[in-house]
Amino acid sequence: MENLVNIGIKSIFIDNMIFAYFLGMCSFLAVSKKVSTAIGLGIAVVFVLGFTVPLNWLVQHFFLNEGAMAWVSASFKDVDLSFLSFIIFISVIAAFTQLTEMGVEKLSPPLYASLGIFLPLIAVNCSILGGALFMLQRPYTFGEATVFGFGSGIGWMLAIVSFAAIREKLKYSNVPKPLRGLGLAFLIVGLMSFAFQTFLGISF
Amino acid sequence: MSTDVLDLKEEKKSEALFSKKNRQLLSNPLDSDNPVTVQILGICSALAVTVQMKPAIYMAFGLTFVTAFSNLFISMIRNSIPSRIRIIVQLAVVSLWVILVDELLRAYAFDVSKQLSVFVGLIITNCIVMGRLEAYAMANKPWPSFLDGVGNGLGYSAILLILATVRELFGQGSIMKGTPLEVHPFEAMNLPFTGNGVLMMPAGACILIGLLIWAQRARNGYREEA
Repeated sequence: MENLVNIGIKSIFIDNMIFAYFLGMCSFLAVSKKVSTAIGLGIAVVFVLGFTVPLNWLVQHFFLNEGAMAWVSASFKDVDLSFLSFIIFISVIAAFTQLTEMGVEKLSPPLYASLGIFLPLIAVNCSILGGALFMLQRPYTFGEATVFGFGSGIGWMLAIVSFAAIREKLKYSNVPKPLRGLGLAFLIVGLMSFAFQTFLGISF
Repeated sequence: MSTDVLDLKEEKKSEALFSKKNRQLLSNPLDSDNPVTVQILGICSALAVTVQMKPAIYMAFGLTFVTAFSNLFISMIRNSIPSRIRIIVQLAVVSLWVILVDELLRAYAFDVSKQLSVFVGLIITNCIVMGRLEAYAMANKPWPSFLDGVGNGLGYSAILLILATVRELFGQGSIMKGTPLEVHPFEAMNLPFTGNGVLMMPAGACILIGLLIWAQRARNGYREEA
């Protein structure tokens, strides 16, 4: 249990997808002009990351690892498909976002109106595939992978919402013209990243 | 590095293949239409792999290769891709090339492959690749698409090299560490040197890119309404 809490805290604050690894920067910079849209995209990322990481864990451990397919038939026990993990992971992610989009569209039109447009975008968000690849590198169990997925998503959402809030306030400041917009956005992300490094070392 | 490649190509050009328009496909992304500093694509890896020059160079080659060949292939089959599932088709084609690059790196440059860790795999979702496929290859013939891919790859490489040079020189005091060309300028000139820890952190790269964008926009007179 302590272990899970630690992984959760680590993935939200210390190994934050944005401020420690800078994953998912493209949509982070593009969709952070207003707090309300940032919250929409943030929720979508939490949802997709939280489900695709454990899903990809299952795929990796039951199909792709060396000998993982032994449960199908004994003749598969020497099969090693781990070189396929990139293409399989990205297909799982793309299929999951597509299915979620269709499901949300059918079941809850108001939710679709606020969230739906972000879902197809998320398939190509580096933080989702990044989460799956980090899970692959670290020896997580299924439970740990789930916590890691949700934690990373929440960390990403925290980052984009706070960044959008700062950007909304920036509209009223007098910034040198060539620095306006993205130049300044980068400087601010850098400073926020320094701030997040103060979380280093927190654990139970 | 990037200009060498351009010269080389122009020497063996045949008129039709490298017309003025096609040459611009290669040269525009280097400055006025740079994928990193102007289109703001592919930031994640530009920040993460530029601590040293060696991994940055490998990454630059990998991305240029993947962008160029994915553009070529998608452009060849562009008329038979149903638009509703085009993202999945594009992702599948891109991941084929990325798997190839990853396997080659593991076979011939294992230490670099370890250093780049997840970022080779993340070329799949690199916005430059997807952005060029959507914006260019889906609507243009194979050869211009290929050149567009090479051009944007070189534009990305240029930024990567600038960042990596500054970060390695002022962060560690060396240039091209881990290669036969390794030099330590500060030691060679007998200057006192203390490594700058900020530049070694990804946050330092972020600020560096911000300054780079500032400088480029001040020079080109680009204005953003924000």
